[in-house]
Formats: sequence, C-alpha cells, structure tokens
Amino acid sequence: MSRVTLLALQILVAIVCIVLWQLLSTVPLFGKILLPPFFFSNPVDVFEQIVKWFASGVIWKHLWITLVESILAFVIGSLGGVLIGFWFARQPLVAAVFDPYVKMVNALPRVVLAPIFALWLGLGIWSKVALGVTLVFFIVFFNVYQGVKEVSRTVLDNGRMLGMSEGQLMRHVYWPSALSWMFSSLHTSVGFAVVGAVVGEYLGSAAGLGYLIQQAEGVFDVAGVFAGMFVLSAFVILIDYGVTLVERRLLVWRPTVDGRG
Amino acid sequence: MTTPTAVALEDAKVAFRLGDGRVYTAVEKAHLAVAQGEFVAIVGPTGCGKSTLLNVAAGLLKPAAGSVKIFDRPLAGLNRDAGYLFQADALFPWKTALDNVAIGLEIKGTPRAEALPQAQKWLTSVGLGAFAGRYPHMLSGGQRKRVALAQVLIRDPKILLMDEPFGPLDAQTRQVMGNLLLDLWNADRKAVLFVTHDLEEAIALADRVVIMSAGPSSRIIGAWRVTLARPRDIFEVRMDKEFHALHREIWSVLKDEVMKGYAQSTHAAEAV
Repeated sequence: MSRVTLLALQILVAIVCIVLWQLLSTVPLFGKILLPPFFFSNPVDVFEQIVKWFASGVIWKHLWITLVESILAFVIGSLGGVLIGFWFARQPLVAAVFDPYVKMVNALPRVVLAPIFALWLGLGIWSKVALGVTLVFFIVFFNVYQGVKEVSRTVLDNGRMLGMSEGQLMRHVYWPSALSWMFSSLHTSVGFAVVGAVVGEYLGSAAGLGYLIQQAEGVFDVAGVFAGMFVLSAFVILIDYGVTLVERRLLVWRPTVDGRG
Repeated sequence: MTTPTAVALEDAKVAFRLGDGRVYTAVEKAHLAVAQGEFVAIVGPTGCGKSTLLNVAAGLLKPAAGSVKIFDRPLAGLNRDAGYLFQADALFPWKTALDNVAIGLEIKGTPRAEALPQAQKWLTSVGLGAFAGRYPHMLSGGQRKRVALAQVLIRDPKILLMDEPFGPLDAQTRQVMGNLLLDLWNADRKAVLFVTHDLEEAIALADRVVIMSAGPSSRIIGAWRVTLARPRDIFEVRMDKEFHALHREIWSVLKDEVMKGYAQSTHAAEAV
C-alpha cells in the first residue's frame, strides 16, 4: 500500500468516528439521542474548547508545566536507573541483597504514592516529578541491568584479548551495551514520564494538562475533559515522534531501528 | 631448535567442573610447540577440545595441570603477545568498521588522530577500504571476518590464535579468506595456531597439521609436516599431488576419530 492511500485511510477512520460522534450526540435516533450531550459532549464543542484554549493562550502554560515535569522525571529517573542498574550488574552481591526490595517497590501501583509525594513535596511540580521518576527509574534500571549482564561473552573476551583494562571494558563494552538497552526502551520510559506527570497533576495541583482535565471534570464540563484528552494525545504523539528521531540517531548501529521496547 | 618457540604447551591438561560436581577432562596431556614464524593447524572431530586448547594458549583458560610457555616464559594471566580471532562475531556492534579496527591501537594509548589513518590502511589491506563507515550489521559475514582480522593485526601481535575463524562462512568465501590470511601472514610470518575441523583448509594453510583424538580426554595423536611450496594459492594447492597424498594419509587417521566423536555425541544425546 502506498503511503498516500495509507494516510488517506487513517484520516478516514478519524472522520468516520468524529461524524458518528457528532450525529449520535445531536440527531435523535428513534426518538432518542444515543449519546446524551451531558455525558458525551460533541465534536464541535470539543473543538471550540480547544480553539479557545489556544486562542487565549491559557493552554501554553499548562503544556509547558507538563512538559517540564515529564522531562525532569525522565532525566532524573534515567540517571538513577543507569547508575543503580550498572552498580547492581557489576556487584552481584548488592543485587542479590536488594532483589526482594526492588521487586516489592516495583510491584507497588505507583498511584498510591501520589498522596505521599504531595505531602512531602507539596502541590508544585516536584511531587509530579517524583511520581514520574518512580515509573521511569524501574524501566531504565531493569534494562540497563539486563544490558550489562547480557554483554556477549565473545565480545567481552575479544575486548580482553585486545588488551582492554577493566576501565576500558567499561567504557567500550559495558557502557554502550547498557545504553543501547536503555535507548531501546526510550518510548516506554518517556511515555511513563508523561503518565507520571499527568496523573500527579490530576490528583492535586494548580497547573498542567492533568489539572485542566480535573478542573473540567469537577464542573461536569465534558467538552473540557475531551478537549484536554485530545490535547494530551497530540502532546504525547509529538513527544513520541521526537523520541523516534533521537532513537534513529543514537541506534544507527542496530539492525532494526524500529524495534520498540 | 634454532628458532625460538612462540607457544609451548607442556603436558597441558584441561578439566572443567560440571554442575553435578563431576570433573570433565576435555584435553589430556597436550604437548605442542609452535615455533616463531610457524603456521600450525589443529584439526580434530567436533567436541575434541581444540578450541579449549586455543583458549589455554590465549590465557582465557588455565590448564588444570602442565604448563604454558610463551616465548619461553610461563604464561600468567592473559597472553599479551597474542591476537585472537574468534569463531563467533566478536566485533563491537556499536562501532563502525573503522572504529572497530582503530580501537586495537587506542587501547594501547595511541591518540585517535593517529589510530584512524592506520585503521583505514588496514581496512584497505583487507579489501574493505570503502566500508569504513559501516556498522557490523551492515556487513556480510565474510566482511565482518575481514574487519576482525584487521582489528587483530593492527596491534601487530607476535602470535595469532585463530578459532575456526572461517567456520561460519560459505565455501567460496572461506577460500578467499584463506588466501587473504596467507598473503597477510607472508608479509611478516607470525606464529599462528589455527583451529579448524576442515582438514583441507588445514593442509592448504599450515606448515604443520596436528590431529587430536575424539573427546573427552582427547590427546594429540599425530602431526604432519606440510612441505607444499610457499607462497601458496589455496585454489591451486588443492590440485597438487602432494596435497592429495597428504590428505589421504592424515584422513586415514582422522576418519576413525571423527567416527568415534560422532558415535560419542549421539550416544551422549541418547543418555540424556
């Protein structure tokens, strides 16, 4: 299938859905409206809401806050994941001792931590960053740990036979291998950074996309909720596209760049 | 002997402790000497421990008994005089062909600016001058072996250890690689220990062919000197009368071991 047809079909799906939504929420079928506007709003209202946000410029502040929170969560979580992952992989004893605790914390649904973080760090951006960090950290940590552990024996032996010292092995073999595993999970970890930020905002904040959605919901403004959802989706798609570009650059040496972790 | 001995295995025994506590003896009392400038090929049936022996010479494995001497000095730790060409892909997948070759020098502390032109020269001499920017996965199996060869040779090791390096390649590529290896080797005649299961390849390349018995507890059961004239062309040398006579002679010994090795491996499979 050519790219043009594919794109046309993709757009067609969106059009069909939106038209159906509009019709079912405005035109009565057998004397009854199937999608009552109070619960489902309608595309026109949602679109108007989005336009209003962008026209008045209020949305930028919220987008900016969510973006900053996501980036901070991603950077801090990744840094911690890389360092601890490396440390555990190189020190099996440490890994063995902490293993049950790592599993325990990872098994915990992160949402329950949100109130605690709000208590500790206040309602500003840092409680959201903390929530995102707990999500990102484990993804990066497990990947880096795996990456260091699963360096090919032959490649390691080759490094040794070429005369590499432990430090050089670290730099030329372990490090690139660990990073490649981390980058292969980039989509997931960036996605989770956004999830952490938005969920945190939703549960208590004064700004951000999650706050916007929560506010709209609080006054039963369904159009506002849907509008927030659409803006959020577009935001995530844009970020994901950015990640794809970064990934293409960083993993050129990989056979399949599109393999998403 | 007038020429110094590059690698000497003296009654080397290699044993592994198995998971259930038993000890598996891979190689028993191996006695082998490779003179400087000599090309020795080790041939044996699958699972006879020939790669194990090579790892002992490399210092990657410690012998359970006996000793390893490199230029008359006992080997402690890794063999720093040796370059090792692995059977499996051993290139760094995150480095380009050029960086993969240059790393050999960079490890020694050569500045990158100096290492890169030399690496390019080596890539050219293995016929990959135009592929410097490619990553290993963009190269064919034969091309990857060429890069690996350049990676090892750029460090100018006194000894070359090769573990079925051309094993994964197709028959034609193997011959081309064999000729390339001989050409490069002819330039400065390093001591070479070349492990293979292919007797023809061994005779075509080596000065001396060493045969190992089927494992476990395999031993070296014979050695034949190959007096075919050098420089050789692998395509041509296979037509030589002497080649055929030698092949027949060695094969008569090797055949029994191959059958034994085969019987043992199927037997072991049944026991499991």
